[in-house]
Amino acid sequence: MTEQQEPKKAPRPKIPRQKMPEQSAIERAHNFYEVALGYTNDLALLEASRCLRCKKPYCMKGCPVEIDIPDFIEMIKQGDLIGASWKIKEKNSLPRIAGRVCPQETQCEATCVLNKKGKGEPCAIGRLERFVADWAAQHAADELPELPKPTGHKVAVVGSGPAGLTLAGGLIKKGIAVTVMEALHELGGVLVYGIPEFRLPKAIVKAEIDELRRLGVEFKTNWVVGRVETVDDLLEKHDCVFIGTGAGAPLFLRIPGENLNGVYSANEYLTRSNLMRAYMFPEADTPIAKGRRVVVFGGGNVAMDSARTALRLGAEEVTIVYRRTMAELPARAEETHHAEEEGIKFKLLTAPLEILGNEAGWIVGIRCQEMELGEPDESGRRRPVPVEGKLFDIECDTAIVAIGNAANPLVPSTTKNLETNKWGNIVADLETGKTSRDRIWAGGDIVTGAATVILAMGAGRKAANSVMQTFGVS
Amino acid sequence: MGSVVGAKRWPPHAPLCLNSFGSTLVAVVILQVKVLLGDPCPFADIIATHHASIGEEVFSMFEILEKARIGPGVHRAVISALEIARAHRPGQFVILRCYDQGERIPLTIADKDSEKGTITLVWQEVGVTTYHFGTMEVGERLQDLCGPLGKPTHIENFGTVVGVGGGIGIAPLYPITKGMMAAGNHVISIIGARTEGLLFMTEEMRKVSHELLISTDDGSYGIHGFVTQVLKDLIDKGTKVDMVVAIGPVPMMKAVANLTRGYNLPTVVSLNPIMVDGTGMCGACRVEVGGKTMFGCVDGPEFDGHLVDFDLLTKRLAMYKGPELIALNRFRETERGCKCSIPGGGA
Repeated sequence: MTEQQEPKKAPRPKIPRQKMPEQSAIERAHNFYEVALGYTNDLALLEASRCLRCKKPYCMKGCPVEIDIPDFIEMIKQGDLIGASWKIKEKNSLPRIAGRVCPQETQCEATCVLNKKGKGEPCAIGRLERFVADWAAQHAADELPELPKPTGHKVAVVGSGPAGLTLAGGLIKKGIAVTVMEALHELGGVLVYGIPEFRLPKAIVKAEIDELRRLGVEFKTNWVVGRVETVDDLLEKHDCVFIGTGAGAPLFLRIPGENLNGVYSANEYLTRSNLMRAYMFPEADTPIAKGRRVVVFGGGNVAMDSARTALRLGAEEVTIVYRRTMAELPARAEETHHAEEEGIKFKLLTAPLEILGNEAGWIVGIRCQEMELGEPDESGRRRPVPVEGKLFDIECDTAIVAIGNAANPLVPSTTKNLETNKWGNIVADLETGKTSRDRIWAGGDIVTGAATVILAMGAGRKAANSVMQTFGVS
Repeated sequence: MGSVVGAKRWPPHAPLCLNSFGSTLVAVVILQVKVLLGDPCPFADIIATHHASIGEEVFSMFEILEKARIGPGVHRAVISALEIARAHRPGQFVILRCYDQGERIPLTIADKDSEKGTITLVWQEVGVTTYHFGTMEVGERLQDLCGPLGKPTHIENFGTVVGVGGGIGIAPLYPITKGMMAAGNHVISIIGARTEGLLFMTEEMRKVSHELLISTDDGSYGIHGFVTQVLKDLIDKGTKVDMVVAIGPVPMMKAVANLTRGYNLPTVVSLNPIMVDGTGMCGACRVEVGGKTMFGCVDGPEFDGHLVDFDLLTKRLAMYKGPELIALNRFRETERGCKCSIPGGGA
C-alpha cells in the first residue's frame, strides 16, 4: 500500500472510511438475521490501512477497557489476525460482542485523530474489532491462551451479563477460580434477553461464553442468588463476591391504563422475543402479541430494539413516541438511522397521558399530549413542557414501555449492610468496584443505573484488577 | 459437542481468511443469488445450525422421581431438586421449562423433602406446558427448574387460621396449612371442587388440619355447595377466625375476599398471573393491589385479598387465549402430544 512506502510523511486518509455490508432495509425489516454482515478481508485491510498509528493513541483513551487499538490494527495490516485477536482479548474477553454493540462513535472513534482533525471520518475501530474477533472464532476457536497455575483463590460472580463475564474472563486468565451464577436458564444476561438477535446473534454470545467455559469458568444457571442462597452464604465458600446483577426492574409510565392487555415493558417484550424466541412461535411455545399497530415509548437503544423487533414480528406500523426532539434522542445514531431506514415512524414532542382500552381489557389507543421544549433542566437538556390544549389520540393494539430500568432489589435487600443509594443502586467505587462491605465488589448497571454493555465490561475489568490486587496476583 | 461446531460456523457472512479473498466473494454471491431466486430463507442452512447450537446443554439435574395422575387432568410429581428443597419455604414457587423450546411457567411448590432433596409439584393441564409436563414420565428430566421464588407466606401464631382451597389450589394450600399448624395455630381447612372426581390430596390435608371440611359444587361428596358457603357458615356459627388463606381459581378467591371483607377478617390470597422470568425483571405478572401496580413474582405471590383487583387479573390471564390454543393443538399433533389426556378432564 502506498502509505507504507512513504513512512516519513504523515499519511493522509485518502481512502474513505469503509462501509460495512448490511442486509438491505426492505429485506431485513422482515427477518431476525443480523443486520450488519461484517467486513470482508479486503474491506478490513483497506480500513486498517487508514489507521495513522499515532504515537499518542487517543483512541485508547476513549476505550473503557483500554484495548491496545493501534497494535491490533497494525497486526491486521500484517495479516496476523490471530495475533490481533489475542491483542484484543488481553483486555476484552468478549470482543465479538463489544465489536457489535459498543457505541464506538462516542468512545474510541470519537477520540481518533482522523476524526479530531476534522479532515475525515475516524478509523472504523469497532468494525475492525468485530472482523478480527469473528475471524478468530471461525479459524482458531479451539486455541486457548496458556493459563497460569491456579492461585487457590475462589470468586463468586452474581449475574452472567457483560460485567460478570468480563470479570470472569479477566480472573480466570490469572489462575483465579470463578463461578458465575445466573438466575435465568440461559447465560449472558442482557446480551441474551435484551439485545435482539438481529443486532447480536445469540450463537455469538454462546460461543464467547463457551470460550470462558473452556478456560475453566464454572457456570450455574437457574440460580437465583438472594433466594437459593444469599451473598453471605457465597462468602463462606468463596474469597470474594462480585455483584453484577444489572438494572433489571422495568419502569412504567404510571399513567391510567398501563395494565391493559397488549401493554408490555420493553424487558418483557424483548425477553419473550429474544430469550424465549417467541418470534418462532408456535415452534417455540412462548407467545407474544403480534401487533398490527405498535407504539413504543422512549428514545433509547432499548426503544429502538423494541420497535425494530415489533416490525420484524409483522407489525404494519410502528411508532416511537418521544417527549423531546430527534436532537435529544439518547439512542445511538446508528440504531436510530437503521430504525428510520426500516420504516419506523417517530412521533416527537409527544407525551402519553393515558392508555385507552376496551371492555375485554385490551389496549386500543394512546391519548397523547403535544409538547414543546422549554428551559434546560438539571441534565442540561431542554425540558419538554405541554402545549396547552393540544391533545390527540393514536390508535394502536400494542404498546411497549421503554423508558428505563431501576435496580432489581433482590440481591441488595438480602445482603446485610450493603450500602445502596436512593434509587436502590449499590454504592461502589467506580475505579475499583469495592462496595461498603469487605470482600464484596459490584459493577455494571446495578451500580451506575441502566447504561451500556461496554461500560459494564469496563466495570468488570476494573473490579477484576482490584480483586487481583487484593489477592496479590499480578 | 455440536454447539462448538455450530458456533464456529457462525456468522456465515464473516470473511473467511486473508489468503482467500475470493471465497468471501463467492459466499456473498451465492447468498445474493439465493435472494434473487426468491429463496424465502436464504440463511436457512445456517440458521438451522444456529438453533441446534442453542439449548445444547440438555443435562439437567431435575429428574422426575415419582409421578402419578391424581385426578382428571391433574398430575403430581416428585422431582429431584436439592437446592430448591433446601431453601424452600411455604408459599414459594418454581419456574420450569419442560424442553429447550418450552415456555417458562410458574408452579407453587406443593411439598418438599429437604433430606431427600426433592420437591413435589401438582398441576392441572391447562396450556401447552402443563400438558407437556403431564406426558413426562419417571426418569425424564425437566429442562430447567428455577426457585424457590417469591416471598414466603407470613407464618406466625395468629390463633385460628382457616385455609380455603379450591380445585388445583388445594396443592399450594397444603404447605401453608402445614406451616401454620407447626407454628401453633388451630387450623381449619375447607377444600372443594366441582365434583368428587376432581378432589385430591384430601388425606394429606387431613393430616395438617385440626378440622377438615370438604365440599363439592354438585354435592357428589361432602357438603353440597361452594367453599365460600362453608366458610360463611363457619363464621356465622360463631367460630373465632383470625386469618383466612384462600387459594384457588380467581372467581373463588374473589368470592372469599368479598365474603371476609364484610366480617373484616384478614385474608391472604395467592395469585397466579402470567410470568416470564419470575425474578422481577419483566413485569408480565403485573397485578393491582390497593390501586398500586405490583409484580406477582417478587411482591407476591401472596397479597391482601381485600385489596386485589381480581377483574384485572382475570382479563390479564386471558391475554394469550388464542396463541395458547394454537400451541396446544400443535403439541397434540406431535408424538409426545398424542400421549396426553383428553382436554376437558375426561379420565
